[in-house]
Amino acid sequence: MTTAQRFGLTPADLDALGEELDAIRAEVLADLGERDVEYMRRVIRTQRGLAVAGRALLFAGFLPPVWVAGTASLALAKILDNMEIGHNVMHGQYDWTRDPALSSKTFDWDTACPADQWRHSHNYLHHTFTNIVGKDRDVGYGILRMSDEQRWTPVALANPLFATLLALMFEHGVMLHDVEVERLVSGEKSWDEAWPTLRDGLQKSGKQGLKDYVLWPLLTGPLFLSTMAANATANVTRNLWTFTIIFCGHFPEGTHVFTVEESEGESRGHWYLRQMLGSANISGSPTFHVLTGNLSHQIEHHLFPDIPAHRYAEIAPRVREICERYGLPYNSGGLTKQFGSVVAKICRLALPGRRSSATSEPGPAAATRQQARAA
Amino acid sequence: MRRTVQAIDAVATPHGIDRYVELVAPTWSTTEVRGRVTHVERQTRDTVTLTIAANRNWTGFEAGQYTNLTVEIDGVRHTRCYSMANSAGPNRTIELTIKAHPHGVVSNHLRDEAVTGMVVGLSRAQGSFTLPSPRPARLLLVSGGSGITPVLSMLRTLCDEGHAGQVTFIHYARTAADMAYRAELKTLETLEHPNLRVINVFTDAPGTGDLDGFVDAAQLSRADPEWQHAETYLCGPAPLMEAMHRIYAEHGIGAQLHTEAFTLPQFLAEAGLVGGAVRWGASERTVASDGRTLLDQAEASGLRPEFGCRMGICHTCTRTLSCGTVRDIVTGDITSDAGTGVRLCVSVPVGDVEIDL
Repeated sequence: MTTAQRFGLTPADLDALGEELDAIRAEVLADLGERDVEYMRRVIRTQRGLAVAGRALLFAGFLPPVWVAGTASLALAKILDNMEIGHNVMHGQYDWTRDPALSSKTFDWDTACPADQWRHSHNYLHHTFTNIVGKDRDVGYGILRMSDEQRWTPVALANPLFATLLALMFEHGVMLHDVEVERLVSGEKSWDEAWPTLRDGLQKSGKQGLKDYVLWPLLTGPLFLSTMAANATANVTRNLWTFTIIFCGHFPEGTHVFTVEESEGESRGHWYLRQMLGSANISGSPTFHVLTGNLSHQIEHHLFPDIPAHRYAEIAPRVREICERYGLPYNSGGLTKQFGSVVAKICRLALPGRRSSATSEPGPAAATRQQARAA
Repeated sequence: MRRTVQAIDAVATPHGIDRYVELVAPTWSTTEVRGRVTHVERQTRDTVTLTIAANRNWTGFEAGQYTNLTVEIDGVRHTRCYSMANSAGPNRTIELTIKAHPHGVVSNHLRDEAVTGMVVGLSRAQGSFTLPSPRPARLLLVSGGSGITPVLSMLRTLCDEGHAGQVTFIHYARTAADMAYRAELKTLETLEHPNLRVINVFTDAPGTGDLDGFVDAAQLSRADPEWQHAETYLCGPAPLMEAMHRIYAEHGIGAQLHTEAFTLPQFLAEAGLVGGAVRWGASERTVASDGRTLLDQAEASGLRPEFGCRMGICHTCTRTLSCGTVRDIVTGDITSDAGTGVRLCVSVPVGDVEIDL
C-alpha cells in the first residue's frame, strides 16, 4: 500500500491538494516586495554588525567576560549567516530582487562547504527527492541509519558515535556530503571522480580556516591563542546548533519516508504530499525561528523552498488547516520533544530490527473520506 | 590598492569588504559603479533630469555614450539604459534626462519619486555612438523627444572644447512645452558659439518653432544648406530615424549618418509577440524559437545546460538574460532587464532573446 493510499487519498484528491497549495504559493509570490527585502537587509545588517563586534571584542579577549561576549557574538553571526541568510538566499528566495548581494547564484556563506556544491546536493537532490530512501542522501547522509527502511549492518552500532562526531564537525560533514565518502569506501565511486569535489571543498575550508585560525588570531597579536580558541568555539557552537535544527527537520518520530516506486512519475500533488509527510516543524518564539533560519517551519519550507522564509510563519496556519482537512498529520512540537525523539531514533536504529509502524497515522478526515467512499 | 583589498577580503571572506562597507556608505564599492543623486529637476511635465555624482569606479564617458542605470522599486532592481546629457568632462558628474513613458516602470518611478540623496547603480559608459577625433568640420546633430540627451552631450562637449566648425542642431518635439533644455540651447547659440545654429521644430504646433512639419530633404536644406556635406548624428523615435535613413540613402550619403536607436522591448511582449530567435550567447548558436521553455529549446539545439528539478524550485538552471524578453510560465511575469537571472525550465522567450549559455 502506498503512503497516499494509506491516507485514503485518490489521485483526484492529490490534484486538489496540489491546487490549494499552488494557490497559496501564487498568492505569496504576487505579494513579494519591499517588505521582504527590508527584512532580509535588516538580518544582514544585524549579522554583519555581530561579526564585526565579535572580531573587535576579541582584541580585548584577555578579559574573560569580553572573550565570552566576543565569542557569543561571533557564534551568533555565523548562525545567522548560515541559517536565516545563507540557506535561504541560496535557495533563490530573493532572486526576484535581482540584487547581486541576494542572488542564489553568487552568494557564499561562512562555512567550510562550497556554495555551489550545496546548491546541487541540497536545493536539487534533497528538495526534489525528499525522503525517498535510496535517492535522498539526506536520509542518514550516507553514514547514519536514520530510517527503518535502511538495512541494518554492524556499522549502524556506531550510530550514536557518528552522530556526535557529525554534530561537532557539522560544517565539514556538510562539506564532505558531495564527496560521498560511503561510496568511496564501498568502491562504487573512484577517487578520481571524487577529487574535484574534494579539492573545491578543501579550498573553501582552507580559506575559512586561514581566516579563523591564522589571520584574525595574528591580528590580535599576543592574544593569538585566545582568539583562535574563541573562533573555534564559535564554529563548534554553530555546528551543534545547525546539527540540532537540521536533524529535527526530517528525523523526528512520525515523519515518513517513501519508496522510489511510489514517487516515480508523481503528480505535483503527490510531490507536495511527500514534502509535508517527510518534514517536521519545531514550535518556538519569533527569535527562535530567525535563529533556525525558519527551518523550524520545515514543512512550509519543503512545500515552498523558494518563498522568503520569514513568510512561513504567516502561511503555517493555512497549511495546518489544509492538513487537517485532508486527514494528514502536521508534525510539530517543541525543540526538546522533537530533538529528543531524534536522539531516541539514532539510538534505536543502531540496533537491528525494524518497527512496522514508526510513522504517524491518518487523521479523522482521512477516515471520514474513506467511509464516504465506501458508502 | 588592489593588494590592500585582497588582504582585507581574506579576513572578510566569504563576503568581501564591499558587503560590509556598503551598509554604512551605500555608494562605496571596490568594484561596482554607483552614484548618488545630487540634484533633481523637472523641466517638462513628463521628464525628470537627474544630476548624479558617481563613485571612483566610474571611468568617465565620451559624448553620446550611455550608462545602465539601476534603481530599486518595491524591492526589485530594474535596469535601463540612459544616455548622458552633460559635457564629457573629467569629473565624475553625470546628467540624465528621463522621459516618463505611459507604461514605463522605471521612467515613471523616477519622474514621480526621484529625490536628492537617492543612491543608484550605474555601469561604466557604453556605446559607440560617439564623435570621431579630430572633430568633423561640419556637423548636423538631430534629435527627437527624449533622444536629445546623447546629441546634447555632443553639443555641450563641442562648446566646451571651443570647437570652431559649423554645427547645426535640429530638435523635434511635439510642442514647446515638451522640450527640455530649450533655454540653455538658446543661450549656447547666442552667447557662446557663433558657429552654432539651433533649430526647434514643434510638430504638433505649427508656427511656434523655427521650422514646421516632419523631416524631409527640403527642411534639412533650410536648417543647413550644406547638410549633405555634414557628418550627421541622430537619436530619436523610430519614424524620425526611418525618415532620415531614407533621405540619406536617396542622396547616397548613408555613410555620413550615425544613429543611436532606443527600443522598448517590454512593449513588444505586452503586444503578445511570441515568434523570434533564441541566441545562446556563450555557445554562439542561434535557433528559431518553437515556443517551448528555454531549457527544452536549449536541449533541442544540442546544448547540455545544468538543470535540476525542471519545475522552477531549485534554481539550478538559472542563466543570465543578455537581451530580449522572457515570460515566466508559472507566474506570467515578463522580464526584459538585461542581466537578470532566468530559470530556463519555467521561462519561454517572447520575441528575440539572447541567453548567456
